[in-house]
Amino acid sequence: MSKKSPNILCEPASRPPRMSSASLMAKDRRVDAAARQLEARGVSKSYRKGSVVVPVLQDLDVAVQEGEFLAIVGQSGSGKSTLLHLLGTLDAPDQGEIWFEGRRIDNLPRAQQEELRNRRFGMIFQFYHLLPELTTLENVLSPLMIAEGVGSYLRRRRGHRETALKLLEMVGLSHRLKHKPRELSGGEMQRAAIARSLVANPSLLLADEPTGNLDQSTGQEILALLRTLNERAKLTIVMVTHDPVLADQADRIVRLARGRIET
Amino acid sequence: MYKLLLCWRYLRTRYIALASVISVTLGVATMIVVNSVMEGFTSEMQNRIHGIISDVVLESRNFSGAMNAAWHEERIRQAAGEDIEAMTPTVVTPAMLTILRNGQEINRPIQLIGIDAATQSDVSDFGRYLQHPENRRQMHWELREDGYDVRDHQAGPDAPERPQMAEAGWKYRRVLAQFQQFQQPFLRPGSEAATEQVTRESGPRSSSPHPNPLPKGEETEAWPLLDSESPEAFASGGEAAPGKDPFFGYQQEKPFDMATQQHTGIVLGIAMATIRRLKDPDNPNGGTEDLLLVRPGDDVLLWLPTVGTPPTFRSEKCTVVDLYESKMSEYDANFAFVPIRRLQELRGMIDPTTQVGNFNSIQMRLKPGAGGEAVRDKLRAAFPVECFAVETWRDKQGPLLSAVEMETRILNVLLFFIIAVAGFGILAIFFMIVVEKTRDIGILKSLGASSRGVMSIFLTYGLLLGAVGSGVGLALGLLFVYYINEVADLLAWVTGRPVFDPTIYYFSRIPTIIEPHTLAWIVLGAIGIAVAASIFPARRAARLHPVEALRYE
Repeated sequence: MSKKSPNILCEPASRPPRMSSASLMAKDRRVDAAARQLEARGVSKSYRKGSVVVPVLQDLDVAVQEGEFLAIVGQSGSGKSTLLHLLGTLDAPDQGEIWFEGRRIDNLPRAQQEELRNRRFGMIFQFYHLLPELTTLENVLSPLMIAEGVGSYLRRRRGHRETALKLLEMVGLSHRLKHKPRELSGGEMQRAAIARSLVANPSLLLADEPTGNLDQSTGQEILALLRTLNERAKLTIVMVTHDPVLADQADRIVRLARGRIET
Repeated sequence: MYKLLLCWRYLRTRYIALASVISVTLGVATMIVVNSVMEGFTSEMQNRIHGIISDVVLESRNFSGAMNAAWHEERIRQAAGEDIEAMTPTVVTPAMLTILRNGQEINRPIQLIGIDAATQSDVSDFGRYLQHPENRRQMHWELREDGYDVRDHQAGPDAPERPQMAEAGWKYRRVLAQFQQFQQPFLRPGSEAATEQVTRESGPRSSSPHPNPLPKGEETEAWPLLDSESPEAFASGGEAAPGKDPFFGYQQEKPFDMATQQHTGIVLGIAMATIRRLKDPDNPNGGTEDLLLVRPGDDVLLWLPTVGTPPTFRSEKCTVVDLYESKMSEYDANFAFVPIRRLQELRGMIDPTTQVGNFNSIQMRLKPGAGGEAVRDKLRAAFPVECFAVETWRDKQGPLLSAVEMETRILNVLLFFIIAVAGFGILAIFFMIVVEKTRDIGILKSLGASSRGVMSIFLTYGLLLGAVGSGVGLALGLLFVYYINEVADLLAWVTGRPVFDPTIYYFSRIPTIIEPHTLAWIVLGAIGIAVAASIFPARRAARLHPVEALRYE
């Protein structure tokens, strides 16, 4: 875990051009093993409803490379959100392992998983999930507030504030700092969520249907923003979506059906 | 940091949670008011009891008392002298008081106490409770000319008036003497015979202020009219014309001049001498007045037992020289005080050879800081327990004081239950808040907040709510206590009945004492309950699974 995370506020670095979907499909299994940042190995997960057991994921393998923009596509109910949750340590697999940067993370003690979620992973969701009592700025700062105790936070307040302001400027929300989430539009909320996910300078961004609740054009804006982050700062992004058109804009697509990755 | 921020925001945005805290507020305020009023009452009562009984009392178990007070005082000094500031002997006997009023004989059983006026006030608050300012400074058994308090000097301006006290003392006695002389012609038919009988059978005896001791040989001689051998005297005195003076048959050989002479001085407890009533029977808030049955300057009759077996009865005519008001009804209704020497003479407690009198008890005042229990124990060791009982003032009034203490404790428990009930309200509301915030808790966990952190948000929320509730309750309670008399007046105005019936309760201002110790306990206890009530919901919040929480609609 000692690798330096890409600083998203740096200048863009050069990168290879995007490939077409067809060739993407063919390249599925040829992910460079050495560069795997986050992967799931033989992961299974099922839900219990009383005596009925519903298998959601079955012996699944998926990996994402560093700096890659991966899209996981599937219909609703295919388990793609579950997969994302497992990758982000929000949930534990019934079987199998999750590996991050060469270390197994699904069996880590709770406190270390929490640190991962706080500092190394950024997460955005379909329903934005901003805290309603906090202003936009405070929402963006919330991961840092969680990371540090009162004393150290107050000491570094100024630095944190600058970071947050820069991020908000980048996503185009500088004029909405003091607003509460209920006063923002859907697109604005998602942008605030993106800024929040980036404030602790993570290595990886997990996006669960980020445009699911937005209209076409707003959705495109959000996706453009994600692409910029991926290209400019080489931020690894794993995006889950049911829309193949959106998935097309990623570097690589992985299809999820009936709990397995389709080959 | 996020915990504080969120806590603060929750407090600011959810005013309904404060509704759950209102019961905490009310509970705290009530507890404060009740505790300070009870503390005030208890303290008043204790002070009075203490002031009356004095610190430590040595009592002789013998009805005839023990001999030679001075000798015993010396022994006391040997045993515990370094702690003792002052001592005074007393003689105590049950007796019967007869008051003449409007032609009636009003009899009351009393506790007759012979005191040494010079030293009694060093030991107890006796002097403080008298009605004449001069007597308060230095008690004398001589009737004062005038100047008795018309109003209780210990109470405030609402104290009941005693306008009759303006006519008390020698001034009044002379008028009374004239009136009785005026009455004489109407009593003539039976009077001469009675007078003759009396002068034949009784020994010479005058009623000057310092009477001679009874001749010892006639120890058991009954007074005239008590003598069963001369019923005629009794009868003739009794069958007189209407408006007879029952004292009439007691007239002495040397005519007693009421206008210039007084009998043995006696101080009566004010309750036996007065009847308290409302000035306006239809208006309970209109103030009270005391109707005096006797006042300083009147004569009363005492009947008391002598010592020796079997005891016989003696009677003595006394002149009321002052009234005693301690505000403890037990004492004001039962105590009467006479000079100790005279009482010793009457009861036959004086040793003929040494002329030293017996005593029933010695009251002691201790030096400030001396421990009553320690002195009591020393004296118990020094004096044989079969002969003497040594008790502190607390021992003597133990049952009463511990009853009050128990009362206070029970009240506190009951009131604390009110706050505990409030705790359940907080529990319910917090639970709802946690349910409402389920998704937010999921968000926090997805951002890396620990379960413990989430739990502490709600615990802190509980603490803050408890603090707010207690704080407001504290302020409200203190305000109430400060203005308690105005509140009592308001209540009386609203309900039409006084909160504390002035004909029954002696004080005009409700006594209150605020003890910081008690306040701290109440506030901390209330906050504790609020925190305890938030534990269960907080734990539930902590245990939420992030994914399930996020999915919560």
